[in-house]
Amino acid sequence: MSALGIVGGVVQPLAVVAGSPVLVGMMRQVRARLEGRAGPGIAQPWRDLRKLFGKEPIAPRGTGVVFRAAPYALVATTLVVSFVAPLATVDSPLDPVADLFAVVALLTAGTVALALAGLDTGTAFGGMGASREMTIVALVEPTLLVAVFALSVPVGSTNLAAIVSSTLRDPARAISPASLLAAVALVIVIVAETGRLPVDNPSTHLELTMVHEAMVLEYAGPDLALVELASAMRLGVFLALLANLFVPWGIATTAGPFAVLGGVLALAVKVVVLGLALAVGEVFLAKLRLFRVPELLAGSFLLALLAVAASFFLA
Amino acid sequence: MLRLWRRIWRIGRAAEPAPAGPVGDRPAVAAGWRGSVQVRHVDAGSCNGCEIEIAAAFGPVYDAERYGARLVASPRHADALLVTGPVTRNMAEPLRRTHDAVPSPRVVVAVGDCARDCGVFASAYGVVGPVRDVIPVDLEVAGCPPRPEAITEALRKLTGR
Amino acid sequence: MNPTGLALGVALVLGVFAAVLGAATRKHLRARAVGAVTALCGAAGTIAGISAMCGTRYYAAFPALLPLSGVTITVDSTSGLFLAVTGAVAFVSAVYGVGYARADANGRLPQAVFPLFVITMMLVVSAGNVGALLVCWELMALCSLVLVLTEHHRRPEVARAGRWYAVMTHLGFVAILAGLLVFTAAADDDTFPALRVAAHHLSPTTASVVFVATLLGFGSKAGVVPLHVWLPRAHPEAPSHVSALMSAAMVNLGVYGIVRVGFDLLGGGQRWWWLLTLALGGISAVYGILHAAMSTDLKRLLGYSTTENMGLVLIGLGAAGLVADDPVVAGLALAAALLHMVNHAAFKTVLFLAAGSVQRGAGSRDLDALGGLSGPMPFTTAAFGLGALAASALPPGTAFVSEWLLLQALIHARPSAGAAAVVMMPIAVAAVALTAGLAVATFVKAFGVGFLGRPRSAGAAAARESPASMTAALGIAVAVCAVLAVLPTILLSQLGSLASGLLRTGSPAAMDGIVVRLVGVSGALSPLMLAVVSVGAALGLVAVVRLVLTRQARRAARLWDCGAGPLSARMEYTATSFAEPLQRVFDDVVQPETDVDVTHARESAYLVEAIEFRNRVLDRIERWLYTPLLRAVSVWAAAARRLATGSVHRYLGYGFYTLCGLLILLAVTR
Ligand code: SF4
Repeated sequence: MSALGIVGGVVQPLAVVAGSPVLVGMMRQVRARLEGRAGPGIAQPWRDLRKLFGKEPIAPRGTGVVFRAAPYALVATTLVVSFVAPLATVDSPLDPVADLFAVVALLTAGTVALALAGLDTGTAFGGMGASREMTIVALVEPTLLVAVFALSVPVGSTNLAAIVSSTLRDPARAISPASLLAAVALVIVIVAETGRLPVDNPSTHLELTMVHEAMVLEYAGPDLALVELASAMRLGVFLALLANLFVPWGIATTAGPFAVLGGVLALAVKVVVLGLALAVGEVFLAKLRLFRVPELLAGSFLLALLAVAASFFLA
Repeated sequence: MLRLWRRIWRIGRAAEPAPAGPVGDRPAVAAGWRGSVQVRHVDAGSCNGCEIEIAAAFGPVYDAERYGARLVASPRHADALLVTGPVTRNMAEPLRRTHDAVPSPRVVVAVGDCARDCGVFASAYGVVGPVRDVIPVDLEVAGCPPRPEAITEALRKLTGR
Repeated sequence: MNPTGLALGVALVLGVFAAVLGAATRKHLRARAVGAVTALCGAAGTIAGISAMCGTRYYAAFPALLPLSGVTITVDSTSGLFLAVTGAVAFVSAVYGVGYARADANGRLPQAVFPLFVITMMLVVSAGNVGALLVCWELMALCSLVLVLTEHHRRPEVARAGRWYAVMTHLGFVAILAGLLVFTAAADDDTFPALRVAAHHLSPTTASVVFVATLLGFGSKAGVVPLHVWLPRAHPEAPSHVSALMSAAMVNLGVYGIVRVGFDLLGGGQRWWWLLTLALGGISAVYGILHAAMSTDLKRLLGYSTTENMGLVLIGLGAAGLVADDPVVAGLALAAALLHMVNHAAFKTVLFLAAGSVQRGAGSRDLDALGGLSGPMPFTTAAFGLGALAASALPPGTAFVSEWLLLQALIHARPSAGAAAVVMMPIAVAAVALTAGLAVATFVKAFGVGFLGRPRSAGAAAARESPASMTAALGIAVAVCAVLAVLPTILLSQLGSLASGLLRTGSPAAMDGIVVRLVGVSGALSPLMLAVVSVGAALGLVAVVRLVLTRQARRAARLWDCGAGPLSARMEYTATSFAEPLQRVFDDVVQPETDVDVTHARESAYLVEAIEFRNRVLDRIERWLYTPLLRAVSVWAAAARRLATGSVHRYLGYGFYTLCGLLILLAVTR
C-alpha cells in the first residue's frame, strides 16, 4: 500500500462520482447539438440527481430486499472498481484486488443485481428487461474475460497496475496485433454493457424496445438517483479502463500533487474524447433489432479470441 | 453517413432562440426542483392534436429539453404529469393510478382545452369530466390544441429556467 | 492405528450401524436415527480426510477379505481430500435428511442404503488396490441406483431415469474394469505401489489404452459429455439429500479416478491424453451450462450445471497434464481444478438442498410454477441466493476464486509447452469464459424466476419454510461456502502441496492468510479484501443515502401496471421466456423443438379459437448418439430373440455347433 495508492484510492472515486454525470451531460449535449437542438447543458444530469435525491422513495408492493438493495449494490461495485483500478494513478490502495478478472466480475455483479431487481418486481417489463440484459451479459462477460486474457498474456499478469505500467515502459505493446484486436472487441462490448446505441437506446420511451430501462421502471426518488448515478459511473469507469489499458500516458506514477493533478486531468481528457466519439457515433447509428445484437457480440467475442491466439502465437 | 454529416452541417442549429422567461407564478411544489423536471405524458382521451403539439415542444425547434424538462417512460421517474384530453370513463381509474404512482412532490399539468373543461367533447357520453375532476391540477395550458410555445412556457414554470 | 485410520474405522462402523438402524428401527424414529448416525459417520470421515491431508497416512491390508486380490486400504493425501469432501457433504445431507426423509424417503430400504452409499464412497477413495476399488465402485453404484429409485412407484420418470443410470454406470464400470485389468496384468500384483512401478515399463499403446478406458469410465461418473446423459435424469429424480450427495460427492469420484490413474499411477504420460481430457472438459462445460440455461426444471438445471463444473475441473486437469514440463503452471492448474471441485461440492450441496426444500415447501420444482418464495421461505431463498452467487463465478463467491486460479494457470501456460498447448489454450480460455457468462444468466434465471417476483402457481403461493433440521443443514452448508469464498487460503495451501506431490514439484501458491499469491508467476488476489471492500462500500453508501440524502419516508405503492391491472402472475416472465433470447442465440447448437398449433374457428379461417405453443429443448447428443445406438441394440435383441425359441433340442444344437466351430477354429489356427 503505497502513498500513491492511497492518494489514488481517495481521488479516483471522487473523480468518478463527480465527473461521470458531467460526462453523460456532455454526451447528451453533443447529441443535442448535432440534432440541431440547444441542449440542457452539461450539468443537467447533476440537476436531475439533486432533485431525485430530494424526492420520495417508493416501495412497490410485492417487492422485497433484492429490489431494495440492488441500487446500492450497483453503485458499490462500481465504487470499488473506481477505488482499485488505475484510472488516475498507477498504484492501487489494495493491490491484490486490482485484478482485471476481479474488476470484470465486479462490474458484472452489479448488472446481475439490477437484473434480479427487475425480476423481483414481478412485472412483465421487469422480467423482460432482465432476460434481455442477461442474454447480453452472457455474451459480454466472456468477451470481456477473453479480451482481458489477451492483454494479460504478454504481460504475464492480470494485475491492472502491472499491465498499465508495462505499456508505459514498452509503448510498442499498445499497437501489437493482439492489443488492437482486443481494443476493438472491448469497444463493442463496452457499448453493449453500458447500454448505448446500437445495442440499447438510452433515451427510449417505448417499453418493448428497452433493455436497461425496462429493469428500472419501478425505481423512484433516491433509488432511481442511485441507479442513474451508477449507470453514469459505469460508463465513466469502462471508458477510463479502456483508455488506460491502451493509452495509459499521463497517468500519475508518483504521489506529488502535480503528478496526481496531471493524472486526473489526463483521465478527464481521455474519457471525454472517448465519450464524445461515442456520442457522435450514436448520431449515425440506429438501434439494432434485439436478435441482431448477439451477432455483433459474437463477432466481438471472435475478435477477442483472435487477440488471444495472436498473443500466444506472436509472444 | 457523409450525407447525414453534410446535412447536420448545413442545418446547424434548428432551435429558435429562447424567448424571455415565463410570466405568472410557479407552482409552489416545483420550487425545490431547480432546473430539472421529468415529465410523464398521459393521454386521458385526447384527439391526438395535443400530442402532436407536445411532440413539437420537445422537438428541435422549441426544444423544451434545454430548460431541463425531459419525457420519461414511467410515472415513477416523473415529477410532472402532462395530461391531455377530456378524461374518458376508461381512463379515469388509470389516470388516478398514474397520479398515485408518481413520487411526491408532484404536479399535474392539464394540457389543452379538453383537459381544462372537456372542450369540444363536453357532455359526450363517454366523458367523465375535465382532469381536475379526477386528480388535482396545478397548472393549465389553454388552446385547442395549445401552441408548443404555451406548452414550453408551462414546462419552464416548472423547471424555473 | 493412527488418527486417520481410527477416524476412518469409526466412520465405517457408524455407517454400518446407521444402515442397521435404518433397517431395524420403527418408522417414526427411523429418519432421526439414521440421520444422526450418518451425520456422525460423515463427520468422522471428514476428520479422517483432514488428518490424511495433514500428512498422517494410513495403510492396512486385509488379504482374506476378498478372494484373489484381498483388500488394501491406503489413505494418502489425495484420498484424504476426497474423503474429507465426501464426509462433509454426507454430514450436511444426513442432517438435512432428518427433516426431509421423514416425509419423502422414509422407507426401510432407502434409509438403510443411504449410509451404505456414504461408506462405499469413502471406501472407493480409500481403496489401495484395484480389486477393492472395483468392488467398492460397483457397490457404490448399486447403492446410488437404489436411492435414485426411491420414488419409482410414485412417478414413472423415476424408473426411466433409473434404467438410464443403471446402463450408463455399468458401461462406465466395464470401461474402468477393462482399463484397470489391462494395467494390472502388467504389474506384479494389483496394489497401487506395484502399479506405479509397472507404469515405467508399460508400452505407450498399453498405457494409452489404460488411460483412455479409465478416462471414459470415470468420466461417465463425472457426467462428462457425451457420457452425461444419465446425470440430468438421475440426479433430479433422486430425493434431494441424495441428489446433493450424488452431485456434490459422487461425481468427484470420477475426478478422483482420473487423478489417481492419470497422475498418480501412470505418472503423467503422453500429451495427447491430456489434450483429450481438456477437450472433453471444454465441451462438457459449455454444453452443460448451455442446457442448464435452457432448463426449466430446477433440479435438472442443477444436474446440467454439475456437468458444467466437472467440465471445468477436467479443463484444469487437462491443462495440468498438458504443461507438465512447466511444474509451476502444472501445479497451479491442478490446484485450481481441485479447488474448483471442492467449491463445487460446497455450493452444489447448498443448491440441491435448497431445491429440495422448495420442492417440499412449494410442491414443485418447475421454475415456471415457482416464484414469490422470498416471503414464505426466507432461509431457503437466502441460501439459494448465496449458492447461486457462488455458482455463477461472481465475487464474492466460491467459484470465482477457483475460476480465477484456472484462468491464471491458462495465462501462464507458456508457448514452450508445445504447439498443441498453444492451439488449445485459447480454446480452453474461450470455453471457460463462455461458461462463466452463461452461468451468470443461468443462475439469475434460477434465483430470479424461481424465488423472486410473485408466485406463479397455487403451490408456490402456499409455500412454507422447512423444519429446523433442514434449515440448519442449509445454514451449515452456506457457512462452509462463505468460508471457502473469502478464505480459500485455508484450503489452497493444502491443495498446493497435494498438487505438487502428485506432480512431484514445488507448491504453486503461497499464502499469507488473506492474499492468494502465486509462486513462480505473478498474480495475487484477495477474496477477503474484495468482499470486505465491497460490503464496506455498500454499507457506507446505505448510510450516506439513508441518513444524509433521503429526506422523505418510503411510501408503499401499487406496482406500476401501466394504470390498468391488476398484474397477474400470468403476465410475469417465466423461466422459459427468460431463456428464450438465449435459446435463439444458440439455436444452432441446442436445436429446440418448437411448434405452434393454431385452431381456427369453424365459422371462418380468419378467426382464431386457440393457439398452442410448445417448446422443448432436447439433449441433442442424446438424440444423435444414443437414439441410433438404442435402436441398433433393440434390432439385435429382436434378432437374438428369434434364436431363443424355448426348444431344448435347439439349445443343445447350438451347443453342438459352437463346439464344432471352436474345434475347427483351433484346428485351423494351430
Ligand atoms: S384540446 Fe383540442 S387538440 Fe387537444 S385533445 Fe382536445 S380537441 Fe384535441
